[in-house]
Amino acid sequence: MADSSELRFKNLRPPTQQNSAGELAPDQQQLDLEPLTPEEPKGRFSRRSFLSGLGATGFLAGAAPLVQAAPSVEPAPADAAAVDGSDAVSLRVNGKEYNLGRLDPRATLLDTLRERIHLTGTKKGCDHGQCGACTVHINGRRVNSCLTFAVMHEGDEITTIEGLGRPGNLHPMQAAFVEHDGYQCGYCTSGQIMSAVALLKEPIGPSDEDIKHAMAGNICRCGAYTNIVAAVRQVRAERA
Amino acid sequence: MQTFNYIKAASIDKALGAANGTKFIAGGTTLVDLMKLNVETPSGLVDINILPLDKIEPLPNGGLRIGAMVRNSDLAWNADVQKNYAVLSEAILSGASPQLRNMATTGGNLLQRTRCAYFREPSAGTPGGYGCNKRAPGTGCAALEGFHRTHAVLGTSDQCIATHPSDMCVAMAALEAAILVEGPKGKRTIPFADFHKLPSATPHIENALEPGELITYVDLPKPIDGAKSVYLKLRDRASYEFALASAAVVAKVEGGHIRYVRVAMGGIGTKPWRSHEAEAALMGKAVDAAHFRTAAEAALKDAKPRTDNAFKVELARRCLVRTLKLATA
Repeated sequence: MADSSELRFKNLRPPTQQNSAGELAPDQQQLDLEPLTPEEPKGRFSRRSFLSGLGATGFLAGAAPLVQAAPSVEPAPADAAAVDGSDAVSLRVNGKEYNLGRLDPRATLLDTLRERIHLTGTKKGCDHGQCGACTVHINGRRVNSCLTFAVMHEGDEITTIEGLGRPGNLHPMQAAFVEHDGYQCGYCTSGQIMSAVALLKEPIGPSDEDIKHAMAGNICRCGAYTNIVAAVRQVRAERA
Repeated sequence: MQTFNYIKAASIDKALGAANGTKFIAGGTTLVDLMKLNVETPSGLVDINILPLDKIEPLPNGGLRIGAMVRNSDLAWNADVQKNYAVLSEAILSGASPQLRNMATTGGNLLQRTRCAYFREPSAGTPGGYGCNKRAPGTGCAALEGFHRTHAVLGTSDQCIATHPSDMCVAMAALEAAILVEGPKGKRTIPFADFHKLPSATPHIENALEPGELITYVDLPKPIDGAKSVYLKLRDRASYEFALASAAVVAKVEGGHIRYVRVAMGGIGTKPWRSHEAEAALMGKAVDAAHFRTAAEAALKDAKPRTDNAFKVELARRCLVRTLKLATA
């Protein structure tokens, strides 16, 4: 995913009409993540009614004009957003249920964790699945929370760095990162630790080389890799 | 990002019923990325993550049926795949990162889109943006005279030279997989070689799927008795990087001679590149370096390199020679 040539290219690109006009590129646009104003569910289909009688007749045909009316690049008005239906979205994070009301379907899991649930331990790095700073666990497996929409995760068990351990009661991997100085600036650290905890359950080989490959999805700009490998090696040895 | 309708499909029938004008979303690792870049602007997403397509099951004919929703990690670490189709496991584990492999699905990987930097530019194909015939037919191809070090040397056209990025697909090409799809007109099976399309004059058409069709399974044929399979990937760094050249080989050697061989290559083609030319050069031949080199020459015979990707031709030849050595050792 991390395509170095592409990053170089991106920095070299000349101004386009779009960004010379001072507008943000589509990937830089901010989503409005504040709670949406509740409104009457007039003419909308609920998730439940949709799932039980999809039949294609109503839902998409009814909702299509809303979409066509929305400008293609600008963020859509709030009332066009939560087209999943009038049912509230809730997420289960670190063992706790969060009712989020109606959620813009464009909100990534990452943005929702940070801006709505205010669990800011999970970091936004590249926002394109290339750096690993946003790594969380979904049903015990590590994923990039920037590349998935929050509405897709109702019913899933989501674990963030806040759910691993707390000051005074650290997860062994957190303690090992402290002991081995497995960070410098700390920005990638929560993602590194979430990855490191997940790999304890993955069928990777026993060597340092295996650890390095298994941690390849987490980039550390400060270059703390040697110490990160030491921390992971120690916890693996303790659990062996 | 353009807004979209989001619905979660509880069954294949319901997913198909909702498919009109929308895209299916599985792992999302390509689609969400490209939606953020304004490359993909679907009016609706049909979430297929709860469809019962997440199993790997033996087929009565001795083959293996892989559900479209099987995650890359689960496929690569499946005991049957590791034992009988090692090339597939190795190919998947050589791609992306563990997090992405936990998300990405078998069906989704078949539809992975190119990493061409022009294709990924938000404004490509629009006035003021770079030309990209894949984004907007007729707007030209900025890569032809632009930054194309990582681009394809086989299967290119004067409209598009974008490389197919998947490792999994290269292994499946060598394994002669079949892709099962279901759509408004019913079910059908697409041979792997017919699934991905060459860019020719229509680079925006990348595969054989009809509108509204959903990939449901990938079938692997019965493993070849006594064959060995290997995937080798060469790239700018040792992990988490796309291939500059890769090779998937399935080979069976008896009495020092090659009795069965399938060759596919990645990182150099506009689609997962099955090389019948290399196979013809190898069948029945003795296992030796000279024959491997002849096969590699044959595989790259029609290569059309450009200024910055000419190095790939020799790199790909050596990649194939090395892979043949490993597979026949």
